[in-house]
Amino acid sequence: MPVRRQKLLLLYAEDSGFNSAIIAWTQIDGTCNERHRSGDSEVSPYASVYDAICDGWRLIQMPEQLPRFPGAERETAYLPFEFVLEQLVEMEGT
Amino acid sequence: MTIGVEQATHRLSSKAVARFVADGYLRLDGIVPSEVNAVAAEEMRRSAPAGVASYAGAPLASVWEESQGLGAMLRLPQVSGALLSLLGADPVYDYHVVHIIEPGGGYSAADLSFIGHKWHSDAYCDLHPYERFQVNLFYIPHDVPREMGGTMILPGSHFRKVDEIARYQNIRGQAALVCPAGTVVLFHHGLWHCAQPNLTERPRYLLKVVLFPRGHQELLWDTSDLHDPDLGAILGQNHGWEGNELGIEWMHRVKLWRHLTANPDFDLSSVCTRYG
Repeated sequence: MPVRRQKLLLLYAEDSGFNSAIIAWTQIDGTCNERHRSGDSEVSPYASVYDAICDGWRLIQMPEQLPRFPGAERETAYLPFEFVLEQLVEMEGT
Repeated sequence: MTIGVEQATHRLSSKAVARFVADGYLRLDGIVPSEVNAVAAEEMRRSAPAGVASYAGAPLASVWEESQGLGAMLRLPQVSGALLSLLGADPVYDYHVVHIIEPGGGYSAADLSFIGHKWHSDAYCDLHPYERFQVNLFYIPHDVPREMGGTMILPGSHFRKVDEIARYQNIRGQAALVCPAGTVVLFHHGLWHCAQPNLTERPRYLLKVVLFPRGHQELLWDTSDLHDPDLGAILGQNHGWEGNELGIEWMHRVKLWRHLTANPDFDLSSVCTRYG
């Protein structure tokens, strides 16, 4: 009986634009066919979020555009422009 | 503590310190002699996973005094000169860790799937990236090719205030510490880094020593090139991942450089002068 599994793609862009360059990426394969980790690639799987959407990835979260906290306007922290995309894959159940 | 002539002679240049400020680390490739590396590796094997070198707060000069391996490495003029340049005379030992990553290390032995290591910053609760920053000394006693792993670092990430960053896998500009035997790398305490799996048949050794300054960290290095015209370009380095926040990263580098040089007027493209 087929089952569905989720694949996640986290793309971190240089700003909030959908066509902007990707500066970081994380891949999670819920089918367990591929195991990704830190340092396993030097090139993003996609050049932009738009390219990923065109390749069938479904956007489920985009970065909020919030003003910086008062007093922390000049701080940097996490990579701020995180786009979360998913694919649902059908595979044979066990 | 008296600064030795050799130690003073091997102080870093202003350009080297500027690279440390911009990149968050400084590499001293292959500076440790092979005979010291051999003894050091044996000492690391014997005391793994962590030996007691001294107590937290001890003067670095008292650590491993009898050792012809790890102690000899710390006493090398190039190493002590670099530490003098960043931390001042008589730096403080906090702790050390010996990492030995066996062949296949970084994998789950149960199913050979990747565990790898997560991106992190060691001193995420430290609120002093400028004054009283600490230096993490990494020492590798043998050659490390890419397939052996090495520590992966993200140049320029040392000012970012993060608690944990485990969800990141790959970041543009990341660099694995592929290096020749006898390499010493000095990290700013905030630098993002992660271990990589060892895919060779040989164990990988890494020593980490955490060091604090004892006094003010001002103009401790060889300042004869303090007005070199290339310093601005070095401090303004774009590492490829800063994106829209590069200007803010510059502000942090300016703050640290102002602190190190006791020059409150220094700036990069007026980012701090204009925007405060």
